Amino acid sequence: MEEGHTLRTTRLAVLLLGITAALVACGDDDRRDGSGDDDRSIVLYSGRDEELLAPIIERFTEQTGIEVEVRYAGSAELAAQILEEGDRTPADVFYSQEVGAVGALAKADLLDDLPAETVALADTRFRPASGTEWVGVTARARVIVYNPDRLAELGVPVPDEVTDLTDEAYRGEVAIVPGNAGFQAFVTAFRVAEGEDAARRWLVDVLANDADASFEKNGEVLEAVNDGTIAVGLINHYYWARHENRDQLVARLVFPTGDDPGGLVNATAIGVTAGNGDDADALALVDHLLSVEGQETFVRETWEYPVVDGVDDPPGLPPLTELSGPDLDLTDLDSLEETQALLVDVGLIS
Amino acid sequence: MPLVYLVVRATDRGSSTFVDLLVRDRTAELVVRSVELAVAVTAACLVIGIGSAWLVTRTDVAGRRFLRVALGLPLALPSYVAAFSWITLWPDSAGFRGSFVVLVTLSYPYVYLPVLGALRRCDPALEDAARTLGLGRWAVFRRVVLPQLRPAATGGGLLVGLYVLSDYGAVATMRYEVLTHAIYRSYQASFDRTPAAVLACVLAALTLAVLVVEGRLRRRRGPVAAGAAPIRPQPVHALGRWRWPALLLPVGVLTLALGVPAWGLRRWSVRGSSQADPAELWAAAQNSLLVGVVAAAAVMVLAVPVAFLTVRHPGRWAGAAERAAYLGHALPGVVVGLGLVFFGVRFARPWYQELPLLVFGYVVLFLSLGLGAVQASVAQVPPVLEAVARTLGRTAFGAWRSVTLRLILPGVAAGAALVALAAMKELPATLFLRPTGWDSLATGLWGHLQAQSYAAAAPYGVAIVALAAVPTALLLAVGDRRRTEGAAGR
Repeated sequence: MEEGHTLRTTRLAVLLLGITAALVACGDDDRRDGSGDDDRSIVLYSGRDEELLAPIIERFTEQTGIEVEVRYAGSAELAAQILEEGDRTPADVFYSQEVGAVGALAKADLLDDLPAETVALADTRFRPASGTEWVGVTARARVIVYNPDRLAELGVPVPDEVTDLTDEAYRGEVAIVPGNAGFQAFVTAFRVAEGEDAARRWLVDVLANDADASFEKNGEVLEAVNDGTIAVGLINHYYWARHENRDQLVARLVFPTGDDPGGLVNATAIGVTAGNGDDADALALVDHLLSVEGQETFVRETWEYPVVDGVDDPPGLPPLTELSGPDLDLTDLDSLEETQALLVDVGLIS
Repeated sequence: MPLVYLVVRATDRGSSTFVDLLVRDRTAELVVRSVELAVAVTAACLVIGIGSAWLVTRTDVAGRRFLRVALGLPLALPSYVAAFSWITLWPDSAGFRGSFVVLVTLSYPYVYLPVLGALRRCDPALEDAARTLGLGRWAVFRRVVLPQLRPAATGGGLLVGLYVLSDYGAVATMRYEVLTHAIYRSYQASFDRTPAAVLACVLAALTLAVLVVEGRLRRRRGPVAAGAAPIRPQPVHALGRWRWPALLLPVGVLTLALGVPAWGLRRWSVRGSSQADPAELWAAAQNSLLVGVVAAAAVMVLAVPVAFLTVRHPGRWAGAAERAAYLGHALPGVVVGLGLVFFGVRFARPWYQELPLLVFGYVVLFLSLGLGAVQASVAQVPPVLEAVARTLGRTAFGAWRSVTLRLILPGVAAGAALVALAAMKELPATLFLRPTGWDSLATGLWGHLQAQSYAAAAPYGVAIVALAAVPTALLLAVGDRRRTEGAAGR
């Protein structure tokens, strides 16, 4: 008898649990349906980190009353997530660490057009050559980071451009991050600006020169160069510029000039997902990031370059106008697949 | 489910692309490296896990009560935290060496914990009998004790091997190019998910091969004749003058496994001026605890029946269920995460980016952790006990509940603890499946590291370890209480 009673209790408990779960699920559903335009709330997928973006978003909500639910993860992961979600994505806006990810979504028809006047706010270098599916928000330069002490020890000059790095003098002293989106954008720029053969030759030569391609992150390269483990590395400028202990860094930067692909100036970029092209709240967020206030916050917090007129460049760095980079359009950087095929071919990634 | 997703993704550009991507020298090289690493780490974990479990249960080594708990703790460390500490301390360790050290120090508890449980349930009478028959201590250990530990040790070893195949944090930080590393890199670098899916299929095939081989070996050896005795006081060997020197093994292991990461976290916390927000930290800790506990419960609801099925009624379906469970453990989190995104958004929309789907993800990833522990304890309970209870008038369920369930409870608790720990430190799948705006300790840690705010990240790392220490300590303390009760009862 006692056992039967327990069994019944268990069944009842399971049933109750099931009902609770169902209720919770429905409740969530209501909330999701309700998150339409009337209660002014949008969902942002952000490839940029929370510490940086949260204060900017808070300010936006204060000013506009629009609530923003932000999902933070890597840009590539979020792009992959939106590609899997397709037009069912809960995201209204996607803010990516680089142009490649928004470009991939635009190609898959998962982004709507932005208003022309919004896109026109940004410098021509940081918007699509044709179409208005995304717009640049901030600009970042590729740089050569070096350790002056280590170079002095080796009796080697400071390099001016990436082509110098295939020189015997830098044998075993160059750090690269082949899996990193920034590095791959640079290789794409190389391919687009100077041709497939030139890009391939540079990769093969730099590898033959014993470059250390085992790094995963720009930050690791900076640390290794700063420690003097290796003399030279290829990274983005802000890793150095916003370093917590910037004043104590041994490492210094070279901003390659002229049309050296090593001096590529790339952008973080934003777009609205398919079906949200006329969502005023989503567009308001894009406008806010491109406003003078939004841009100034980015410069102050991230040490990136602003893309709109009338905002000062970060202090202590060469002005953006002096950084020409290779002669190309950022939209041309969408041939990432070819770059990856090349990197696989020379054995840098798999 | 993730497997279906993989096949869909891997072949969505036609079978020729699939074959092209598959038949590359690089793929073979990656497979060899992954296997080498998995074999080496598993072997080392078996030695350390069994050795230290025996030392703290069967000898009077100094401080064994403390050690018993402490030795389980490294499991709580996320591999990326440990690897980061190691590479800072010893930059030359990058590559195989570093990956090996990090993975061994983190995953030996997969062997240690179940073996500890099994050691407590060994029948000391068997050993006494063997001794009276003239066997030496070593021979007794090898021929009597070790066979009783075999299910627990193989289960644990299998988990280690599969964990190594799927881990990304350690190999990425150590810059050692293995299959998972290549899969992640491919996802991160391109928005083309096909090559990554093809490599993940290779990984899945590799895992199946391991499982088939393991299954064959297990069947050849036949079932283990385990003692009927539940928890009984176990013989304790006096180490004599070795009582203190013997400490070197566990203390050495702990220094490497906990000391180095502790040093690394300490270094983070003094580096720079960023600060963690205590309210956010507290909320993240609650979230981690919640999903850890719920995931553990959900896994156990599945693991207990599957364990009985596989141990008591092995057959094609039981075998398939078991393999599916282990496969989940060997697939990288990014694959399971994206697979569930794919299915979740289509077929479980109300639960998409809600906790139920996240918990489901943990079940897929960690079912085998619970299953292994429960299977080992089920294998040690002779079915005849239940039959006896039934002849004494219990119902089938009653007999099961009052006899078998009680005996397997330590195994269930151990499995639940393993799952809770794993869920609390899981990162890649969590990032895909968590509710928007929801942070666990692991995602909080990740977020601060993304921003390079090391000082703010450190408390999250400490909190993960502290939180994970609770179930481990509790688990071992319960074991101790039962042991003393058993002793008093005699």
